Amino acid sequence: MADVTLRKVVKRYDDVEAVRGIDLDIADHEFVVLVGPSGCGKSTTLRMIAGLEDISDGDIMIGGDVVNDVPPKDRDIAMVFQNYALYPHMTVAENMSFGLRLKHYPKAEIKTRVAEAARMLDITDLVDRKPKQLSGGQRQRVAMGRAIVRNPKVFLFDEPLSNLDAKLRVQMRIEIKKVHQKVRTTTVYVTHDQVEAMTLADRVVVMNHGRIEQIGTPNELYHKPATRFVASFIGSPAMNFVPCRLEDDAGKLNLRLTDRLAFPVPPQRAARYQAVPRTDKLLLGIRPEHIAESRPHAESGVEPFEATLDVTEPMGMETLVYFTLDGTPLCGRVSPNAGAQDGSPLRLAVDLNNMHLLNEVTGAVL
Amino acid sequence: MVDVTLQSNRVAQATRRRTGLRNALRRKSMVAFLMTLPLILLVLLLVVYPAFYSVHLATLNKPMTKFVGFGNFEFLFRRDTFWLVVKQSCIFAISAVVFKALIGFIVAHFVHNVPAKKQRKWRGMLLVPWVIPPAMSTLAWLWLFDPSYSAFNYTLGLFGIGPIPWTGDAMWARFSVILVNVWYGAPFFMIMYLAALKSVPEQLYEAAAIDGANWWQKIWYVTLPMMRNIIAITTLFSLIVTFANFDIVRILTAGGPLDHTHIFATWAFRVGIEGSDIPLGASVSLFMVPILAIAAIFILRDVTKRGNEA
Amino acid sequence: MSTVTIDKSGPTRKVKYGSMSRDRAWALRWSYFFLVLFAIFSLVPPLYMLITSLKSSAEISAATNPWWVYHPTLSNYVELLTSNQFLRFFWNSAWVSIIVVTITMLISVPAAFALARMKFWGSATLATGVFLTYLIPDSLLFIPLFKMFAVIGDWTGIQLINRWYVLLFIYPTLTVPFCTWIMIGYFASIPKELDEAAIIDGASWFQTLTRIFIPVALPGLIAATIFAFTVSWAQFLYPLVFTTSTDQLVLPVGIITTLIKGDVFNWGQIMTGALLGAAPPLIIYAFLMDYYIAGLTAGATKG
Repeated sequence: MADVTLRKVVKRYDDVEAVRGIDLDIADHEFVVLVGPSGCGKSTTLRMIAGLEDISDGDIMIGGDVVNDVPPKDRDIAMVFQNYALYPHMTVAENMSFGLRLKHYPKAEIKTRVAEAARMLDITDLVDRKPKQLSGGQRQRVAMGRAIVRNPKVFLFDEPLSNLDAKLRVQMRIEIKKVHQKVRTTTVYVTHDQVEAMTLADRVVVMNHGRIEQIGTPNELYHKPATRFVASFIGSPAMNFVPCRLEDDAGKLNLRLTDRLAFPVPPQRAARYQAVPRTDKLLLGIRPEHIAESRPHAESGVEPFEATLDVTEPMGMETLVYFTLDGTPLCGRVSPNAGAQDGSPLRLAVDLNNMHLLNEVTGAVL
Repeated sequence: MVDVTLQSNRVAQATRRRTGLRNALRRKSMVAFLMTLPLILLVLLLVVYPAFYSVHLATLNKPMTKFVGFGNFEFLFRRDTFWLVVKQSCIFAISAVVFKALIGFIVAHFVHNVPAKKQRKWRGMLLVPWVIPPAMSTLAWLWLFDPSYSAFNYTLGLFGIGPIPWTGDAMWARFSVILVNVWYGAPFFMIMYLAALKSVPEQLYEAAAIDGANWWQKIWYVTLPMMRNIIAITTLFSLIVTFANFDIVRILTAGGPLDHTHIFATWAFRVGIEGSDIPLGASVSLFMVPILAIAAIFILRDVTKRGNEA
Repeated sequence: MSTVTIDKSGPTRKVKYGSMSRDRAWALRWSYFFLVLFAIFSLVPPLYMLITSLKSSAEISAATNPWWVYHPTLSNYVELLTSNQFLRFFWNSAWVSIIVVTITMLISVPAAFALARMKFWGSATLATGVFLTYLIPDSLLFIPLFKMFAVIGDWTGIQLINRWYVLLFIYPTLTVPFCTWIMIGYFASIPKELDEAAIIDGASWFQTLTRIFIPVALPGLIAATIFAFTVSWAQFLYPLVFTTSTDQLVLPVGIITTLIKGDVFNWGQIMTGALLGAAPPLIIYAFLMDYYIAGLTAGATKG
């Protein structure tokens, strides 16, 4: 078990920089998820930790030792691949024990380790089967078993669930979390699925264009995104962004969305935004759950407005409503009893206590 | 302080290891190079060198003591037999390839038509000619064509036809060598086309049927375009093999009657090995190079294209 | 009026539907008809070999129906299989083919692995070069190769011409390029993650090749082996050029040069020899047809 440290890690392919100077400290026992859209450099980063890609610049340390030039087999890591990468000609037990056999472990120890891992993953009945005879979820378990028997310093997961169907993905997600709770091995997990990231991680690392956008616990990322990218990437349906300006109105701060629509900024927020130049082009960031049907006796900061719904999506416990505000498409979540109907007007309310204000040019959250 | 020195130590270590990595990379290339070395040596010593040596040989006189430049080629151009060989090589290669391609295409369709379970059996029978060593099967044909005991002539005689001088008459001998070559080579086309036919998605035919295409239009607008690449590769490949054929003509007619069925390979053998005029034989076989090179270039282009598609 | 049209439309549709399936049935019938014709065309020469091999010389020269055996005899087989000369040809062929297959695999499998997985300077060019080499026919190289080995014999005193083992140097030029090419294809189709998993498990390059790649690409390996064997077994031009003494000949050349004596054709024995010569590839084909066909079609694809 060990901590993992990345210092100004850079990966260049010819003249393209896939990873542009990453600093990351992963504590012992921690479960860290790298998340981002495809091509953001998350997989490359993982592969550099694994030693499958060499590092163009910077240092990677595992357990305090610089491993830049240590070959993968000497890094004491285990990796689970997206397509499982099980050896098709070996049985489950042989797959799991391959690494140990290469290192000439005693047979008895191999046997106990495989049996233990198989029991932990509930695949004891499958150890004599070939990968071809297994379902997707079972293959995924075997791939994890192969990692567990090695008892490595670090687990690396490269989008391990993306080949599974939705239902199985949820199930395996829980399985992975359980395994981590049991073995407590430092884990780096790569995914493009923000739900997976949020549910699994102790800390999430959001990456974009080869850089880290933000590092934080799932709740921090959700409630206090640092950039527009993080704000829009985390959460589903995604956060709404509405162009707006700040106005002074008799000593109070107003948020002007359209010519006809302006809201007072709640007092506890106003202090924070006071210094923002009034001429700046800004974006109001508001999550769909903070646009709901208007209720009487609303608390302060919840501002009502009229909207004509374009489309409604009843989800059962809630209804998603889509409408436009001066050409900007927006999404809200209303109660199924709010009477939302396609094409009909509805009185909605926006909860500005949960608003975010972003600089449209830099994308920074103010 | 301690921390700082430790840190700098690590950095120093890292830079040292980076050169180590470069060595490792060099080692990897070295290992890879060593793994391919036997292949490279084989190709250089036993294919590339002889190819150039052949050009050198072609410029020598018969006892190989004097440089004669293009003397051998000039000599060849003046000989009627040479032009006969050029003509026969082209007739042989082109007509054999055309018939192989056609028959292969037709038979592949018939096999594709029958229920999937029975296809294996038919395919197995129809590929037999390709499996038997051509030197062996040509002996069977030679016996079937025998001037006095020909089983074909016996059968045709029952219908009052014949006897046909299969290998005795120039025109019939030309027909016979082509026939045997088609018999030997058509199964290869059949197998390649069958594999290609199976790779055409069934939905395309269903879509074409819904669009109102008849069977001919389905072949023309769906099958052929989907198979274009494999047809091109197979045909070009077969053109090379047929053009360079030796076994069938050598055993069936040995170039006779009166050199009318000689093709480049058999004639090169006749003058080079049997006639002990190695330079002249080398010159003859070099005439295959242009056509082989053109076919090879096109194959390479198509194969690379196929690789990129996949 | 209208009722009449409605009445008509019902049965018309039915007839049309019936004719569709009848069309298909006829197409199938025609397919079988032509397949039988083509199968006869394909199988007549080997069957005729068998028929003739069961006849005595007297029956062959009698003017009876050549397609039928009236007095079947195994004398041709007995005679050939007890003839030291013929057995010598057979063993020469067998040894040459087995050793060539071994050499071919030892050269082409590591080379294909390096070319498919360990990218190095010039590896792509080399792969293309291998493919081009495979397109160079034997009839282009037999004269310079013959002269080359004659010269080597003159220079070093090592006589290779007219020795069966000279073929061990020459046959690989035919087998190695193709086998390397199809093995590159098979190796390239193995997912990259599989060798990465092996590397992380601690396997060296050599272990990755022997413990992962070779077992996973076994069908390709079998196809390549079959190819190398059949090419070596069937090769006719090179042994015809390089070997002349009867104790050095391989089967195809041996049958043609020794059983055909001047104008005297002992057809019973020739056909028996040809059939025995065709037997090993045919037997392999009968048992490993799918591998055989896979190898055949793999040559035209890259990766």
